[in-house]
Amino acid sequence: MSFKRVVITGMGALTPVGNDVPTFWSNLVAGVSGAAPITRFDAEKFRTRFACEVKGLDVTNYIPRQEARKMDPFTQYAVIAADEAMKDAGFDADTLDLDKAGVIWGSGIGGLKTFEEEVMNYSENGRTPRFNPFFIPKMIVDSASGVLSIRYGFRGPNFITVSACASATNALIDAFNYIKLGLMNVCISGGSEAAVTIAGVGGFNALKALSERNDSPETASRPYDKDRDGFVLGEGGAAIILEELEHAKARGAKIYAEMIGAGMSSDAYHITAPHPEGLGAYIVMKNAVENAGIKPEEIDYINTHGTSTPIGDPQEIKAIEKFFGEHAYDLNISSTKSMTGHLLGGAGAIEAAACIMAIKDQVVPPTINHFTDDPEINPRLKLTFNKAEKRRVNIALSNTFGFGGHNASVVFKKYED
Amino acid sequence: MSAIAERVKQIIVEKLGVEESEVTPEANFQNDLGADSLDTVELIMEFEKEFNLSIPDDQAENIGTVGQAVAYLEENVK
Repeated sequence: MSFKRVVITGMGALTPVGNDVPTFWSNLVAGVSGAAPITRFDAEKFRTRFACEVKGLDVTNYIPRQEARKMDPFTQYAVIAADEAMKDAGFDADTLDLDKAGVIWGSGIGGLKTFEEEVMNYSENGRTPRFNPFFIPKMIVDSASGVLSIRYGFRGPNFITVSACASATNALIDAFNYIKLGLMNVCISGGSEAAVTIAGVGGFNALKALSERNDSPETASRPYDKDRDGFVLGEGGAAIILEELEHAKARGAKIYAEMIGAGMSSDAYHITAPHPEGLGAYIVMKNAVENAGIKPEEIDYINTHGTSTPIGDPQEIKAIEKFFGEHAYDLNISSTKSMTGHLLGGAGAIEAAACIMAIKDQVVPPTINHFTDDPEINPRLKLTFNKAEKRRVNIALSNTFGFGGHNASVVFKKYED
Repeated sequence: MSAIAERVKQIIVEKLGVEESEVTPEANFQNDLGADSLDTVELIMEFEKEFNLSIPDDQAENIGTVGQAVAYLEENVK
């Protein structure tokens, strides 16, 4: 049996720098930071008091209030992004085979806010313990894919991938492989996260993972800068419609790009720290490039994991230099987390969207907030500091790495018949 | 309408997203107001919170309509 080809035919995004794909992308290219003081809760006593929140969002403009209140924000974000992507893909409701349409979503944590609220209030005033009947279905991490399948009637494969900050990339990989194997024609994939909550910020603060640059939130996420001091927590997500090529052609769909390969690996080293020499990062890029059936020299752009942590950034760079050799200095590299913050389980989705748009528009979005070179980072690398760069982007690679040592990478290519 | 009935009506309108005019004493949460069994459990919880009392499960099972809720609360709210 021959493998099917997989193309991208729709996208939606709800991010700290824009609540739809056009706004998200134009702000990435313009180098806009999404960081600002936290509004989701009173963070006054927290070590970190800023984050990259989704802004100006009235959920009821998208989802009736009665439905929305039965969804944790991470599911609301999934619905809003998926609605945009479904509209963009423009399926014909009368002819789409719903049994061959799936939802494979990614989220690292799930309904954290729901969990917090229920646990903090279950026994107010010493009452008999009471939990809301929607607590469990709202909180469990798979609720987002369940809600999406109900919303669009998609009766094919349906689940959530969980691999911390690689979650959405794993979702894209599973969706890609199932379509490649002919098990479904269409899949809503991507991921979302809503962890700008008391426990999310407090928990990452306890790990000393977050930037504490409270006096300058918008310059806090500074991947590869000498003075980076941790990541900036982000929220939101993106939906990517993956479709079997012949299915897309038959209905005359607009094709953004082709997904040509994917890689996975594990550091097998430490539950939170990345391997110091970037071993897992090296293996995942090697696996992705081999799976795509291309030569490393064909990669034009890498959207890195690059979270702006002191130890995380250099190990990925070391792996890039080791894997790509001299080509490491020809391709462009950027971390869009400098603008969006780190969406955890949703990161792979918005960064895949950034790669796809980079291919579509032939421009590499920047790594903003570069002030001081880090002697650990080779200055020959084109890290696309501070300003977007017009260049040929035929093939782009997106890396994501998660706590637990999970590494996942995906490869997109300009579509050619 | 009693003060209790008015508060019950507001809770139902808020939670089930129905019009005030639909919230008649005879209206059944599930058959008339679009609630499912989980919505009904949540409504009972809201009544408990609003009126600061505990409704035992065997009593809650008998509350299926707006009128039954109001009658139970009028009898039990101190």
